[in-house]
Amino acid sequence: MNPFSSETRLRDMIRAIRACKTAAEERAVVRKECAAIRASINENDPDYRHRNIAKLMFIHMLGYPTHFGQMECLKLIASAEFPEKRIGYLGLMLLLDERQEVLMLVTNSLKQDLNHANQYIVGLALCALGNICSAEMARDLAPEVERLLQFRDPNTRKKAALCAIRIIKKVPDLAENFINPAAALLKEKHHGVLITGVQLCTDLCKVSPEALEHFRKKCTEGLVRTLKDVVNSPYAPEYDIAGITDPFLHIRLVRLLRVLGQGNADASDLMNDILAQVATKTESNKNAGNAILYECVETIMSIEDNGGLRVLAINILGRFLSNRDNNIRYVALNMLMKAITVDTQAVQRHRATILECVKDSDASIRKRALELVYLLVNESNVKPLTKELIEYLEVSDQEFKGDLTAKICSIIAKFSPEKIWYIDQMLKVLSEAGNFVKDEAWHALIVVISNASDLHGYSVRALYRAFQTSAEQETLVRVAVWCIGEYGDMLINNVALLDIENPITVTGSDAVDVVEVSIKRHTSDLTTKSMSLIALLKLSSRFPSCSERIRDIIIQNRGSLVLELQQRSIEFNSVIEKHQNIRSALVERMPVLDEATFIGRRAGSSPAIVPTSNSASLNLPNGVAKPPAAPLVDLLDLSSDDVPAPSSSGGGFLQDLLGGVDLLPGLNQTAISGTNEAPRTGTDILLDLLSIETSPTQSSSSITDILSSSQGDKSPVASLGEISSPPSLSTRATSAGADPMMDLLGGFSPNPPMPEDNGPVYPSIVAFESSSLRITFDFSKAPGNPQKTTILATFTNMSQSIYTDFIFQAAVPKFLQLHLDPASSNTLPASGNGSITQNLRVTNSQHGKKSLVMRMRIAYKFNNEDILEEGQINNFPRGL
Amino acid sequence: MIHFVLLISRQGKVRLTKWYSPYSQKERTKVIRELSGVILTRGPKLCNFVEWKGYKVVYKRYASLYFCMCIDQEDNELEVLEIIHHYVEILDRYFGSVCELDLIFNFHKAYYILDELLIAGELQEPSKKTVARLISAQ
Repeated sequence: MNPFSSETRLRDMIRAIRACKTAAEERAVVRKECAAIRASINENDPDYRHRNIAKLMFIHMLGYPTHFGQMECLKLIASAEFPEKRIGYLGLMLLLDERQEVLMLVTNSLKQDLNHANQYIVGLALCALGNICSAEMARDLAPEVERLLQFRDPNTRKKAALCAIRIIKKVPDLAENFINPAAALLKEKHHGVLITGVQLCTDLCKVSPEALEHFRKKCTEGLVRTLKDVVNSPYAPEYDIAGITDPFLHIRLVRLLRVLGQGNADASDLMNDILAQVATKTESNKNAGNAILYECVETIMSIEDNGGLRVLAINILGRFLSNRDNNIRYVALNMLMKAITVDTQAVQRHRATILECVKDSDASIRKRALELVYLLVNESNVKPLTKELIEYLEVSDQEFKGDLTAKICSIIAKFSPEKIWYIDQMLKVLSEAGNFVKDEAWHALIVVISNASDLHGYSVRALYRAFQTSAEQETLVRVAVWCIGEYGDMLINNVALLDIENPITVTGSDAVDVVEVSIKRHTSDLTTKSMSLIALLKLSSRFPSCSERIRDIIIQNRGSLVLELQQRSIEFNSVIEKHQNIRSALVERMPVLDEATFIGRRAGSSPAIVPTSNSASLNLPNGVAKPPAAPLVDLLDLSSDDVPAPSSSGGGFLQDLLGGVDLLPGLNQTAISGTNEAPRTGTDILLDLLSIETSPTQSSSSITDILSSSQGDKSPVASLGEISSPPSLSTRATSAGADPMMDLLGGFSPNPPMPEDNGPVYPSIVAFESSSLRITFDFSKAPGNPQKTTILATFTNMSQSIYTDFIFQAAVPKFLQLHLDPASSNTLPASGNGSITQNLRVTNSQHGKKSLVMRMRIAYKFNNEDILEEGQINNFPRGL
Repeated sequence: MIHFVLLISRQGKVRLTKWYSPYSQKERTKVIRELSGVILTRGPKLCNFVEWKGYKVVYKRYASLYFCMCIDQEDNELEVLEIIHHYVEILDRYFGSVCELDLIFNFHKAYYILDELLIAGELQEPSKKTVARLISAQ
């Protein structure tokens, strides 16, 4: 006999499928079987329909598609035989879901069956309706269900009640029709009907506020009485579970009471006694009892306050919490989270137990406990709690560490009472789980350290010590490297030693060791290495004796395949080698990043903005750094924020010089438009000039960007990992800025597009003149490139004394690009006996529309005094 | 309410599924696969509740079968454990010492019993005797 014909019994088919050894074999069997079923369906043979659907259901459970059987279900449902109807409905419920349109076809059959004489058939219909009806079907058949709520047979009534639940969920408008019949159900004696009736009322209250009012007024007392009866009822074998009569009914009743009592003092009063009785008398050695107690505590917490009851509830919770059963403890933690809003003090008392739960072996419990702990932290208990959590961090397993670290960091950040504690705790976290710490957290740490000037020495020493033990935590290494770079001198000289510290002997060489290790380790990523390079540069200035050694280390990266590292190492090397005079100015202490603005910006700024900082260096083949117009950083500071003081890192000037140069067009995402919260420094005079432009265009060189800038990008576009060096995330001067610009500079009206001139001659101008100094500019343009202008600047000393250390710096707005060539010398003889010349190359991207404008700053030493002069050059000839 | 009921064997084979909320066929397969992964890998001493996608899943292992029920956040997990046990006891009474094989070959009967126990994701009848009587009458 063909094992796959319709005559095969269901049993045999199942056996055949189970006998398959491989998935492929099973697929083959199922395919044959489906084919047979399909053939049989086509023949429209009524005898085997029943069997076919059963087989189809089994195949469906295995996961195969079975939609061709859907119509067969309908035919079966329409049949007069009970078994066929039964399997038809089952098939319907399994193979279809409410979103299929085929379902609508069943409505008529359902209606007929709901009116059937056979109560079991009515039951089948109600069951099917209750499980999968759609909104339209619900509307159509609601009156039938309503009628059946009062049917003589209790089994039908209970099914009708549950069916009604689905109907009101699908069509809330119909809720009103069910209020009265539902209320009648509450007076039933049959437990099944009572349970379903109570459930129906609960759901009605959720859906319709009128229902809630009605039940609250009319039924609360009745319910309380019913509950009392159940609680006090004698042993009834039919409903007994674990010694309690019908715990399900207990729970449902308590739940309905909760809904009725919530927010209403009178109703709450009525139920106080019975709740107290349930809470005290229920045995809690079995799960059923605990389930009832759980529901009871939830209800007590939700209804209007009654001091005694609340105490009772919290006691039960405490007992649950110390129960050995994991389920109970989980449930208790759940309840405690709700109880916190009600009575924080009580929950605080259980803090120790909750902390134990954080260390539990069960993942669900750990998670709940950690959330609970987080809610419990306040200023008074933050120190012991953090201590415990950090201790646990050491032994927790990997999946949990991430969560735990995040929570600890945020607790520390929110509640730290003093900076030194914050730094200590963060150091511990970094040492333990640095690799899980998110970028914002360690950025924030650096901000705090830099702000706490009295703690600089302490921080750097602590970090040095931490590095000796936990150097495998990358984040710790980064913070350590940064601090050592910044405050290396404090490290060696034990500056600002706090009382609690022991002096530490560190030589400059040791400090360099630290950075060397971090750079050489193959696990260090791009950010770490970049930060290390800068730190080395700083150290070469702070510890001149180690300069050679540092240079050697830096040089090793000259040939790095990562452009970022290569660029930095070449630039820094050149600074160390050739530009010692400005080196110390370059690597002065970083200006402090204002914490409040940092936090505000961090909260608002869009993440991971690519620092389009155009330090796309001109990639001069020998990588010689541009001359020291160092503080161009802030002069060009249309985009950035915090650096008023002229300390930028070595290559910083380069990037700003080229501010706006987009040698790598694809990378220059000037879409920083999203972030405009960079604060004004206020000290930056230049900003005033272009300040109207700055507000919309100040992009945030937020720490996140800067430090993550070079991460994995492998792009030559780099910020140099300096926290506050604004990497000129320059947005192009938007046209919005253009107009105010025009107004400010009055008189500069947009030039009409000029015809291309070939090498026109422009008059020289006296850019600046004072009693001590005169600057003249001579212009020339290369033919064929109207946008580029070469300016020869000549500086003449008008005073009687010689000027030394003469430095000229210039800044231009965004639409211009400025390149400064090295000056002919740094010394300006007196009384015009000689001059310094310097070439400037300007590219005007708005040539023809806007003219050149420039601000400049001149620094020199006059009779051993430092002099600073500033000015603006407005008198450029038009058309440049 | 209970959103769905799942019976999975220890090897991950599905023995029974009942859905009280709308899930398309694709979603059903996905749910089954995900939950199997989560539940079958849990150790024996851990608690019977798993948080999953904003819902809670209560599961209990009987011999080689895992009985899983997915409920809302505000439902009572301990009660659902009782419902699962209720179902198993009724099955036991009906089949006489039920084992997994019974449920494989008589899955339609298991469904009928479940339908007498739950409708629309809510409990229908707390008495085992009544359920048994109803089943045998049909």
